[in-house]
Amino acid sequence: MITDPLEIAGESFHSRLFVGTGKFSSGEILQETIENCQSELVTVAMKRANPKGLEDSILDFLQHKTVRLLPNTSGVRDAKEAIFVAQMAREALETNWLKLEIHPDPKYLMPDPVETLLATEELAKQGFIVLPYCHADPVLCKRLEDAGASAVMPLGSPIGSNRGLDSREFLKIIIEQSNLPVVIDAGIGCPSHAAEALEIGASAVLVNTALAVANDPPVMGIAFRKAVEAGRLAFLSGLGSKHENAQATSPLTGFLN
Amino acid sequence: MPNFFEFLKGHNWSDCSRNLHDIGSKDIENALAREGKGGITDLLALLSPLAGQRYLEELAQLSHSITLKRFGQAIRLFAPMYLSNECNNVCDYCGFSMHNKIPRKTLSDAEILREAGILKKLGFDHILLVTGESTKQVGVDYLAHAIEILHPHFANISVEVQPLDTESYRQLIKAGMHAVMVYQETYDSISYAKHHLKGKKTNFRWRLNTPDRLGNAGVYKIGLGCLFGLTQDWRTDALYAGIHLDYLEKKYWKTSYSMSFPRIRPYEGENIVAVDLDDRDLVQLLCAFRIFNHELEITLSTRESPQLRENLLPLGITTMSAGSKTNPGGYTEDIESLEQFSISDDRSPDKIANMLKNKGYDPVWKDWDFSYDQHKMTKVEERTDDHSHQKVLLAN
Repeated sequence: MITDPLEIAGESFHSRLFVGTGKFSSGEILQETIENCQSELVTVAMKRANPKGLEDSILDFLQHKTVRLLPNTSGVRDAKEAIFVAQMAREALETNWLKLEIHPDPKYLMPDPVETLLATEELAKQGFIVLPYCHADPVLCKRLEDAGASAVMPLGSPIGSNRGLDSREFLKIIIEQSNLPVVIDAGIGCPSHAAEALEIGASAVLVNTALAVANDPPVMGIAFRKAVEAGRLAFLSGLGSKHENAQATSPLTGFLN
Repeated sequence: MPNFFEFLKGHNWSDCSRNLHDIGSKDIENALAREGKGGITDLLALLSPLAGQRYLEELAQLSHSITLKRFGQAIRLFAPMYLSNECNNVCDYCGFSMHNKIPRKTLSDAEILREAGILKKLGFDHILLVTGESTKQVGVDYLAHAIEILHPHFANISVEVQPLDTESYRQLIKAGMHAVMVYQETYDSISYAKHHLKGKKTNFRWRLNTPDRLGNAGVYKIGLGCLFGLTQDWRTDALYAGIHLDYLEKKYWKTSYSMSFPRIRPYEGENIVAVDLDDRDLVQLLCAFRIFNHELEITLSTRESPQLRENLLPLGITTMSAGSKTNPGGYTEDIESLEQFSISDDRSPDKIANMLKNKGYDPVWKDWDFSYDQHKMTKVEERTDDHSHQKVLLAN
């Protein structure tokens, strides 16, 4: 196996599969799924977290594991709210890592590009390791990089849609241009989507719904781990280019040889 | 369009009712095939008598899969806290109605905190504050104060009180209010007038435009719904609720919406009207709304029986109340005579949570955090102190 760590903000990860913790039927199923995924970075919504020590099946488990906890700001509607929640998360969960999610639209949970950029700039200044969730917008991703983000997390398709990489063409441009790790977040509905993301050069993927609502989440965890590994290996080994048409057996320039 | 009352002028109750009966198989199959993305046209098809007769299982299957994808295997739990049963309205279906000779009570600060203590011990972090309509006893200042004293103790506070003006809603939002439930009861103005006989609630238009005022005030969530049993034509009533939801969602796009489908329950001192919505209809209603709006939070109250609540669970429900008391002070003292309506599912919150776990659902007690409200709070410093307390607990 190739040693090929993913580096974010100076920290190395062996796994390129990040896991979201919503929608699972129980803390036990979540735990088993994460173990099978071998994920080292797990998001937790600040609104769901209950650091007061009361029953919290997610935190109970996560705080005793080697996984890095990545609090997210899911539920905030603008930069101001995000900054408050981020500060609270840093204190309550004792980490300066943050998945920044600002979606003023509760229907499709579309990220607000303007507020996300503003919040990234401010939070980076305050010492946060900011991983912003954003549209698959190449210019925005460069702006987030300039603003101090530590990775960018463009969407493959709307959150929870399981539609895969609908934004494929734009993701390719983002990957081509980015100096930061590109983590494809949202819309990854099955292991083949995850493999495709890694094949086109994404640094990692974040998966939640596809794991949580599978009939057997722990087994799906294994499937995703293998898909991510396969996709990464395919990328590293160099995929052959695709052609729309068959290659002509009698090339028109053959006479030059 | 300035408000929903004006918007509704473009709709006619009897036309809508006729359209529901004119729906054919093709309309329903189209709605199912595109998973309800055809808007009101699809809701019309899904609520039609034909859909209920011939497509109920298809509706249920689709509703279940959409709910699973969007909300996963998690059900949020909340409890109502009745602050007062004082009411100046006369409504012929409600136990709080002014003419009912029942003892009236409005909770004091100490009583509110006692109720809060019990609800916290039961595990609740989301509460719904309920009152009758009495501007004198439970005006906006009383409500704002109640929210302020409860806010440090609960992650999420919603209210179900009399309709207020936009400025009053802003005041409550500042105090820490998250959501407002304001059920129209019925969208049929004629039936509405029959059941709301005296008091401010007789004003159909003021009530109908309440969600607009809430949207303008910037509330996080608005709860809509009809009280089924007030009009004989439940399908048209539900369709109007869908039109309302669609109108609001397009206009106040930063707000999220919830809906519930209460059926009239018996209460103190009245002969109850027959409910024309049977269990099969309720299933259709629930599934139709889930398919029409994938993101809609759907609440199921303790009005329904334990068995029905469990059967409805996979069909689109996202939120449940548990162990509810519908009288002020009901968690502290068991004084059932003051209640608004009698509940049907009286299982304890703990039992409900266990039932959910046994059925493969994660009971979610907390799905909001006071830090989300902090930027707009009037007493930021106090909240920050409270948070350092959190940190200590976490460290322990």
